[in-house]
Amino acid sequence: MTGRRSIALLSALAFGYAFLYLPIVILIIYSFNDSRLVTVWSHASLRWYAALLENTQMLEAAWLSLRIAAVSATLSAALGTAAAFALQRLKPFFAQRGYEALALMPLIVPEVLIGLSMLLLFVVLGDTIGWPERGATTITLAHASFGMAYATVVIRARLTQLDPALDEAAAILGATPWRTFRRVTLPLLAPAIAAGWLLSFTLSLDDVVVASFVTGPGATTLPIVVFSSVRLGVSPQINALATAIVVLVSILIVTATLMTRAGRRA
Amino acid sequence: MSMAAGAGKGLRRVILGTTTLWLMAFTLLPVLIVVAVSLSEPRLGQPPFTPLFTQGEGLWPTFNGSIASYLTVVSDSLYIAAFVSSLRIAAGSAFITLLIAYPMAYAIARASDRARLGLLMLVILPFWTSFLIRTYAWTGLLNTNGLINNTLIKLGVISEPLTLLHTEFAVHLGIVYSYLPFMVLPIYAVLERMDWSLIEAAQDLGARPLKTFFRVTLPLSLPGVFAGWLLVFIPALGEFIIPDLLGGPDTLMLGRVLWTEFFNNRDWPVASALAVLLLLIVLLSALLLVKALRRREVAS
Repeated sequence: MTGRRSIALLSALAFGYAFLYLPIVILIIYSFNDSRLVTVWSHASLRWYAALLENTQMLEAAWLSLRIAAVSATLSAALGTAAAFALQRLKPFFAQRGYEALALMPLIVPEVLIGLSMLLLFVVLGDTIGWPERGATTITLAHASFGMAYATVVIRARLTQLDPALDEAAAILGATPWRTFRRVTLPLLAPAIAAGWLLSFTLSLDDVVVASFVTGPGATTLPIVVFSSVRLGVSPQINALATAIVVLVSILIVTATLMTRAGRRA
Repeated sequence: MSMAAGAGKGLRRVILGTTTLWLMAFTLLPVLIVVAVSLSEPRLGQPPFTPLFTQGEGLWPTFNGSIASYLTVVSDSLYIAAFVSSLRIAAGSAFITLLIAYPMAYAIARASDRARLGLLMLVILPFWTSFLIRTYAWTGLLNTNGLINNTLIKLGVISEPLTLLHTEFAVHLGIVYSYLPFMVLPIYAVLERMDWSLIEAAQDLGARPLKTFFRVTLPLSLPGVFAGWLLVFIPALGEFIIPDLLGGPDTLMLGRVLWTEFFNNRDWPVASALAVLLLLIVLLSALLLVKALRRREVAS
């Protein structure tokens, strides 16, 4: 009985993991396919990767995406750290609940709603105070805003695990709150802040819906380029690009996870 | 000491002030503006909606709001169909996700301590790799001359290629695939903390495995099931990329209708009214989720 059940469970697991990974694995394999037809295998080559390196539109979009992701992730991490502290210290209860609801709202609200509401905000702001101009700035602000929610969750989880005795010890030894924060709390939080930064960075790098709403003329991020070419059909060059992105993002995520785990152990 | 406390208070004020201001400006204000635009009327021009307040002759501005956009939404069969099929597709996909996720979560919860972390990581990893690209990966597989059809024809299972891409089936598949980790994790969290001696007790008392599962394990894991179900259902409701890439022209989903209304028809008030209604459904579902999670905290 036990044997039969564990076989059933093992096959459920195997099926689940195959389902999760097969599409990506096949995509990666076919990115090395020489044929112009995506579905017919001719022989292995790097020709689509070479084509990618010559595609200036793609490269420019990738560079813009990286810059936007770096700036918005930095904003997200800073705001997320602050919000995590605010949530821990905020009293009374209803103020904390309200703040929490506002800070974590982007986690559950569909992307189309975030995109639409952000664009309307920028349109109204533009009409009343003449700022910001739609483009890289507005994408960065929108990304920072939803990245902050994810950063808050990650950093707060770590903050609640910190021993308050460490802060108290520093204070008793005569450290000012700012000094305590900089020399004790911040180093202890660093892995979580780094993980929050990396998560926001990846989310920004992947976002197409919000960026499509808030972008203006001249600011085309990589996902927007990918999305518009994918809508026209499958192309081997996109397979190569997708592989590059999957590899890059996987490295970032594994790093982020290892960092959080190392931090938890410290 | 009092000086230190004062400085601490200052720092706290800066932290609270900055983040509260940011949240007001970039989370609360946008929502209020969406509500305002949903109450205005479309027009040709920049921006393509009438101002909600205009400065009249008196001291107070005149309010020009109308619920015309909401009336349009609730009286047009297209929008109603979009609501119905969004709910149907999201619920259906969430159910299929549950059927795949539950055995996975169960198997991971019963795995050895050492294997568990790795198995969990393997579930989470694909979630963080590009959403757009994972959806795109399916277009290559589901195409008429795609890998699935080619393989089935070569194996002699079918003689004519099946229409898989641009169907509601493909949308279900895309949602199940993309949101599977959201279902596995909460169910796993409950099962992992469950008291397994209860299962042994049921078996000692003579219950067969299936009966033990349906009478003991499943009821105990319901909070996780409920949480996972909503974590798939809520984002699926407003999904845009999956129905756009995998769905057919007749696959109506709210996110997609909203997008079309906004970008193609440029009817911003109607798009905003749809957004407000979608937001209400999402917030209501989220409230249920919070309640379910709190019940779980109490239970454990």
